[in-house]
Amino acid sequence: MRHDVTLRVNGVVNRHTVESRQLLVHHLRETLGLTGTHVGCDTSNCGACTVLLDGVAVKSCTVFTVAADGGEVLTVEGLAQDGQLTPVQEGFRQCHGLQCGYCTPGMVVSATGLLLDRPDPSPEEIREGLEGNLCRCTGYQMIVESVRWAADHGGPGAVAEAHRSRTEAGTP
Amino acid sequence: MASMVGATVVRKEDPALLTGRGRYVDDIQLPGAVSMAFVRSHQAHARVTAIDTEAARQLPGVLGVWTAADLEGLPATRSIPGMERPCLASDTVRFVGEPVAVVAAQDRYLAADAAAAVVVDYEPLPVLATIEQAMAEGAAPIVPGQASNVVMDQPLTEGDAEAELAAAPHRTSLRIRNQRLAAVPIEPGGCVASWDSTGLTLYATVQAPHPVRNELAVMFGLPQHEVRVVAPDVGGGFGAKASFYPEFILTAELSRRLGRPVKFVETRSENLVSMTHGRAQLQDIDVGFDDEGRLLAMRVAIVQDCGAWPDATGAGLPTLTIFMSGGCYKVGTIAASFRSVTTNTTPVAAYRGAGRPEAAYLIERVVDVVADELGRDPVDVRRVNLIQPGEMPFATQWPGIVYDESDYPRLLDTLLEHLDYEALKREAEERRRDPQRPLLGIGFSTFVEMGGFGPSPLFEQFGYIGGWESSTVRMNPDGSVVVSVGTSPHGQGHETAFAQIASDALGGIPMERITVRHGDTQTIQEGIGTMGSRAIPVCGPAVQRSSDKVRQKLLQIAAHLLEASEDDIEQDGERFAVRGTPGAEVTVAEVALTAYKPHKLPEGMEIGLQVMDYYEPTNLSYPSGAHACVVEVDRATGQVSVLRYVAVDDCGTVINPLTARGQVEGGLAQGIAQALLEEVVYDGEGQPVTSSLIDYQVPGAPDVPGMETHHVEVRTSFNPLGAKGLGESGATAAPQAVVNAVVDALSHLGVRDLDMPLTPFRVWTAMRAAEEGRAAAASDGTGPPPEAMRPDPAAPPPPDGMPTPPADGDDTWKVTP
Repeated sequence: MRHDVTLRVNGVVNRHTVESRQLLVHHLRETLGLTGTHVGCDTSNCGACTVLLDGVAVKSCTVFTVAADGGEVLTVEGLAQDGQLTPVQEGFRQCHGLQCGYCTPGMVVSATGLLLDRPDPSPEEIREGLEGNLCRCTGYQMIVESVRWAADHGGPGAVAEAHRSRTEAGTP
Repeated sequence: MASMVGATVVRKEDPALLTGRGRYVDDIQLPGAVSMAFVRSHQAHARVTAIDTEAARQLPGVLGVWTAADLEGLPATRSIPGMERPCLASDTVRFVGEPVAVVAAQDRYLAADAAAAVVVDYEPLPVLATIEQAMAEGAAPIVPGQASNVVMDQPLTEGDAEAELAAAPHRTSLRIRNQRLAAVPIEPGGCVASWDSTGLTLYATVQAPHPVRNELAVMFGLPQHEVRVVAPDVGGGFGAKASFYPEFILTAELSRRLGRPVKFVETRSENLVSMTHGRAQLQDIDVGFDDEGRLLAMRVAIVQDCGAWPDATGAGLPTLTIFMSGGCYKVGTIAASFRSVTTNTTPVAAYRGAGRPEAAYLIERVVDVVADELGRDPVDVRRVNLIQPGEMPFATQWPGIVYDESDYPRLLDTLLEHLDYEALKREAEERRRDPQRPLLGIGFSTFVEMGGFGPSPLFEQFGYIGGWESSTVRMNPDGSVVVSVGTSPHGQGHETAFAQIASDALGGIPMERITVRHGDTQTIQEGIGTMGSRAIPVCGPAVQRSSDKVRQKLLQIAAHLLEASEDDIEQDGERFAVRGTPGAEVTVAEVALTAYKPHKLPEGMEIGLQVMDYYEPTNLSYPSGAHACVVEVDRATGQVSVLRYVAVDDCGTVINPLTARGQVEGGLAQGIAQALLEEVVYDGEGQPVTSSLIDYQVPGAPDVPGMETHHVEVRTSFNPLGAKGLGESGATAAPQAVVNAVVDALSHLGVRDLDMPLTPFRVWTAMRAAEEGRAAAASDGTGPPPEAMRPDPAAPPPPDGMPTPPADGDDTWKVTP
């Protein structure tokens, strides 16, 4: 069965007809060409596919596209504006919070969501908050430091804050 | 001018990766591409009696279904001659996950539908899920044409060291099971093949594109220039992406047949049964030692589980284990042998460290067991055995295995400075007497491993054409630089590290004026690839030498332009000047432009500023270190918590402290996870129990402790950069540091050894068994008296699911850990 779906993704309204079973991550990657959001597992463990959907960090491999109809999505491609990295992205760069980069988009979006909820997290709260995102390269400590760097240098970033406040207001 | 080698520099790679602009295999969308999916065996060992593809062929969007019978003549993947693995199983399947058929369809959903619609009939065969079953009398060989499942049986020494063992004042033995692990790069395997009139292009998530090109060219009978292999951004590899997989051949063949690009990306569940596993060794060790714990003789016998099809690298990994089995110690003599055995499981090959972590674990457990038997401090036993700095380079008993310069005692001293060992020992003792507090244990790992893989005569034996690396340095007419390297990174940060090396060797060209390229056989000169901690120690000198040759030409042209002697030319970053002649200056850009104007060059000088150079290492390098782990063990549940992990590493010259720390910590996380969490498990029927990330325990952020990392830099004389490699040290060092700490915490109970992973249940079971054994021994008057440490009657019961010992002394409840 096919459905007409409207999604606002990184500020742009998209209308597409999709199959019932299509996962949001495949819609983003293959229909919209936003390949920054990755797939790393098939059991919702790794979190490489994390995006913000209506202000909340979700695993886009666990959301059907049709279930997100009418929603607003923010992916890793939507965070930086005019070539300016967000504090989270800059924190990962300064503190070497990434190596191969494959988990990174999901990790950055999750960290952004974490800072929206909790602007000044302790290292333990960062570890708990990123529990749903697996990284096989870094050993996590430098990721924890990256998120702390972001908390000390401006937080989740303007785009994510605007996304959160819009969706909280219920106006996707 | 400040040196860039050794400077903390943020990575050139990061801005793209942080903004979703990386380009991994699955991101490559070629026009007209179709998806390939496998039909995989769900049987561990069975005869294939029928494959019905008809229903699948009728599904919408399906371009075709192929079985082995449809692809006759397709080459097998390379292995030991006579053991080559076919791309698709034909009459017999040999492990769960082995491909039986492939389908191609318009998209990945339709391909998955079609694969599910293929019906395969199996007739089960006896399953040999373990090396014990596979080596049992009468076990039928898994690989056709073999006499048995022991596919390699090699003594590495003539004698068995029995005389030396018998003559030693003390003697003990140990059996170690180094469990099977999965690499689990967060990007699973995948490739896109596109075959057109100019030949074959394969985009693949691999660590070594040139060797993959060489293999494909041979397999398809193409000249190498008609095969292009591209490793785009690669999402982790950890050794498992150095293996050659059937999908490389199958996507290529289907692309040739269909006239369209063909993409295959495995799911994680496929990855856990298809991508090669690592470790999987059983080791039997006898050791003879004196009163101070000096290791006088050792006998090592290893059984390597190869899985169903011996991998060209995997089957020989015990060789590396044996070469490194003496660790950083002067062991009197070592007698060693190994057998590589096929089982009905996923093939085993390289995983971060590949044979050397198994050695480091072996010798570091031996040292702790020796210390325990003598009642001596494990640090003291290490000290009496350590190779001294004045004895280096140190020739081991293995021909060609010569450790380069290091200072093992200083590494240990530096570690102890950071640890406060005496205070920790006191606290451990206090806690033993206080049943309300968790137990404390301290574990050490003074290790050495092999890096800088080469030289060519050795690396040939692993199937590579050589052990060298290559670099091309081109300075453009504006003075900016492109460096092309033969290694192929997957997270290590080569674009940054090689730019640092080039910056120095070019006399101080700024980092932002240098770009590093890699991973494309069409645009990069010949290369070997990234494995065995070889990029910095082997490719680094190649970058250094090719950069230096460009600089020498720059100096000649500058001297010509400034009408001065070359000896009088000074370089300050992007400027050349004549020493002692103020105002006589020319910029690097002006010199570079001149290099492309032959009429302005010195007589006879060739046009351009480009140098390609190779570097062949004189030997392997030997990264080493001294690590310590402090753990807490919950008395009621057996839960192990790492309180501290302190690492002191000697990787020789550190190129970039930021990325060096990343390499160490990432490796430590994998090593700590081997000790505590990870294991690939098969049931008795060869069914994988850990084939998703729900069951295979890749550590998350809360599972990994904070880590303290330090470096002692002793340059190696084996290469001009002085660097030894670092990528595998953490994974090599950590498992035994953790296990030694846990055994230390439990040693007063009589626990002498534990097999990884140290799950709460396994630790809890060992604690209870040890306590029961001690209580029984004490009650019949033969054993030492029970200590203050007894099970606390007030302690909470074990968590749900754990068996509880019944009061009547019946021990049938026990589960073998």
